[in-house]
Amino acid sequence: MDLFEHQAKELFAEYGVPVQRGRVAASPEEAREIAAGFAAEGAPLVVVKAQVKAGGRGKAGGVKLADGPSEAEQKARQILGMDIKGHTVHKVLIASACDIAQEYYLSFLLDRSARTFVAICSVQGGVEIEEVAHTNPEAVARIPVDPLAGVDAAKAAEIVRAGGLPPEAAAQAAVLAERLWSVFADEDATLVEVNPMALTDQGEVLAVDGKVSLDDNAAFRQEHARFADSEGTDPLESRAKAKHLNYVKLEGQVGIIGNGAGLVMSTLDVVAYAGEEFGGVRPANFLDIGGGASAEVMADGLEIVLSDPSVRSVLVNVFGGITSCDAVANGIVSAIGMLGARGEQVRHPIVVRLDGNNAAEGRRILDEAAIGVVEQVATMDDAARRAAEMAAAAATGA
Amino acid sequence: MAIFLTGQSRVIVQGITGSEGRRHGARMLAAGTKVVGGTNPRKAGQLIDLDGSEVPVFGTVADAMAETGADVSVVFVPPAGTKDAVIEAIDARIPLVIVITEGIPVHDTAVFWAYACANGNATRIVGPNCPGIASPGKSNAGIIPADITTEGRIGLVSKSGTLTYQMMYELRDIGFSTAVGIGGDPVIGTTHIDCLRAFADDPETDAIVMIGEIGGDAEERAASFIERNVAKPVVAYVAGFTAPEGKTMGHAGAIISGSAGTAQAKKEALEKVGVRVGRTPSGAARLVREIVQSH
Repeated sequence: MDLFEHQAKELFAEYGVPVQRGRVAASPEEAREIAAGFAAEGAPLVVVKAQVKAGGRGKAGGVKLADGPSEAEQKARQILGMDIKGHTVHKVLIASACDIAQEYYLSFLLDRSARTFVAICSVQGGVEIEEVAHTNPEAVARIPVDPLAGVDAAKAAEIVRAGGLPPEAAAQAAVLAERLWSVFADEDATLVEVNPMALTDQGEVLAVDGKVSLDDNAAFRQEHARFADSEGTDPLESRAKAKHLNYVKLEGQVGIIGNGAGLVMSTLDVVAYAGEEFGGVRPANFLDIGGGASAEVMADGLEIVLSDPSVRSVLVNVFGGITSCDAVANGIVSAIGMLGARGEQVRHPIVVRLDGNNAAEGRRILDEAAIGVVEQVATMDDAARRAAEMAAAAATGA
Repeated sequence: MAIFLTGQSRVIVQGITGSEGRRHGARMLAAGTKVVGGTNPRKAGQLIDLDGSEVPVFGTVADAMAETGADVSVVFVPPAGTKDAVIEAIDARIPLVIVITEGIPVHDTAVFWAYACANGNATRIVGPNCPGIASPGKSNAGIIPADITTEGRIGLVSKSGTLTYQMMYELRDIGFSTAVGIGGDPVIGTTHIDCLRAFADDPETDAIVMIGEIGGDAEERAASFIERNVAKPVVAYVAGFTAPEGKTMGHAGAIISGSAGTAQAKKEALEKVGVRVGRTPSGAARLVREIVQSH
C-alpha cells in the first residue's frame, strides 16, 4: 500500500523525523482555516499541495503557493477535484512554506535483485532521482544496508557522507536518516523516501515531501488499516477485499476467475490475445480464488465479477492440482444456485475450463447440471477464444 | 539423479502438527517421500498420525536431524512464526529448507536470507510462497500434486504453482526429472539461475522449462546466465503481458514498477539469447514436445 504525502509525513513525525509543518484539508474552507492558523503564528505563506499517489504533481498544476488564508482557500478550490494522471484530488495538504537553501535526496528501499535493503542518498534532490541517476550517476550514492545490522548512527553518517551532503547539513541529515530507517524497519515499509530533504535558510534539515510504501503481508502485525484510502480504491476491489478475494479491476469485457496467481495472469494474457480477433475484447479483471475454490468462494467471486457493468462473458479457468475438479464443478453449480437465491440471476455466458485432478468427474457434474449459461471448453486456449467471442457478440447485441 | 531432492532425501515438516503440515505431510508420505518426522517445540516426544503412519515429533530441527538423519525440512509454519522457523533450520545447518508459507512480510524474508548468507549458505532455501520440489518417482517435498505427471528428463523451474502443475500435466507423457517451484515473492532463496545451473549439470535432465512472471529482473538475469552457461535447450513462458503498472497481481512480487518488470522485456531478453518463449502455457508445452521429439 502506498501512502499519501500527508500520511507519510504524519508517520515520519511519529518517529521524530523533522517534517515541514502542515495539515490536510478536504475543502477550500478547511484550507482557509488551516492557513489562518499558520498566519496567526506569523507564517502566512503556505503551499497548497494536491494529495494524489502519482508523481509530477507540480507540473500538473497540483502544487501552488498561497499568501494568506483567502489565497489558500482560492488555490485549494482550484486544486480539489483536479485530475492528475487519472487520480482525482480529494484532499490538499496546507504546508507552511519554508525558505529552502538546498535540496537533497534520501531513501531506504528493498533491492529485489540484491535481496537486501539499500539506502540511496544524493546531494541533488527535489527532482526525480532516476533522472539524476541517469544524467549524473556519480551524484547518487547507493549503500547496501544489511537487514541483520540495520542503520545505527555510524551507518547513517556513512550514508550521508556517501551522498556528498555538505558539512552544514550532514549531522542533522544523519539523525534524520537514522530515524527514517526506524520508520522503514518498524513499519514494515518497502520504500521510505524524502525528496526533497531540505536545508532551510535557518539551517534546519527537514522532510519537505515524503513517500512511503508499506508491505501488505505485514498487515497482521501493523496498524496499516488506518491508512486505507476508501475514496481512491475501486468499489469492486473494496468489496472483493472485504470478502478476502484477490481481485484487481481492469478495463475489459471478459470476467476472469481462476486458481493460482500465475495461472490467472496467464489467463488474462490468453484472453487478450484471443480478443484481438474479436474487435479488441479484453479481460475485465484479475481474480484468484486460490486453492480451495469452495462453492462459497466461487459464489462470492462470480458475484463480484458479474457486478462489473462492463462484463459481457465470464471465463472460469481452473487447473485442479490438490483441489479436485469435481469439488470445483460442485462449487460452480452451487454458486450459480446461490446467486439465483440471492435474486441475482446469472445472464451472461460462463465458459468453464476444468483440467487436472479429477477433471472428467468435474466435467460430468457440470454436464449433468445442464445450466443454460454454462458452456464447457476443454483447453485453456479454446476456452479463452470462446469467452472472447461471446463477449464480442454480447457487446454488439448479436 | 534429479536436483536438490532425490529418493534418498529424508524429509521433516516444521509445523507438522498444524492442519496444513499434517495434511501435506501425509500426502508427501503417500507419494513415496521419506517423511521421517516433524517439529513442534510444544509437542516434542509425541507421535503424529499421518493417515495411518506414525512419525515422531521433535522439539527442534537439530534434534530431528540428530535422531533421524533428516536433510530436508518443509516449512508450513504460519507467517508470524516463519522467520524464526527458517533461522532455526539454518542454525541446525540442514542442507535444504523449503518454505511453503505464503504471506510472509518481506522484512522477515530479507532477514532470514541475510542470515543464511552470513552462515555461508550452508542451507539452501527454496521459497517462500512456493509449492516446493517434486522429483517424480523419487520424492516430493511440498504441495505439488504427485500424481499429475511422471518421471522423465525435463527440468522445470517456476515462480507459479498452478502454472507448474499445468505444465507438468501437459507434458506428463514425457515426464520430469525435477520441478522446482521457487515462489512469487519479491525476495526468494533459490532463484531461476540456481535451478538452471543445477539442471545444466544434471545428467538426467535433457531440456529445461522456465516459467516466469512480471516483476523484478530475475528472468532477464536468467537470460544472461543461459547465454553463458546453459547448452541444453531451454523453453520459457512468461505470464502477465496484460497486467497494469503498479498493481500487485496475486503474488506479492508480481508487480510492474514504472517501466521495470514487464513481461515483454523478459520475453525479449530470453529470446535474444535463443530461448524459445511460448505465447501461452500450451504453446510452451508444444515447444518442449518438439524439442524432445527431435532429439
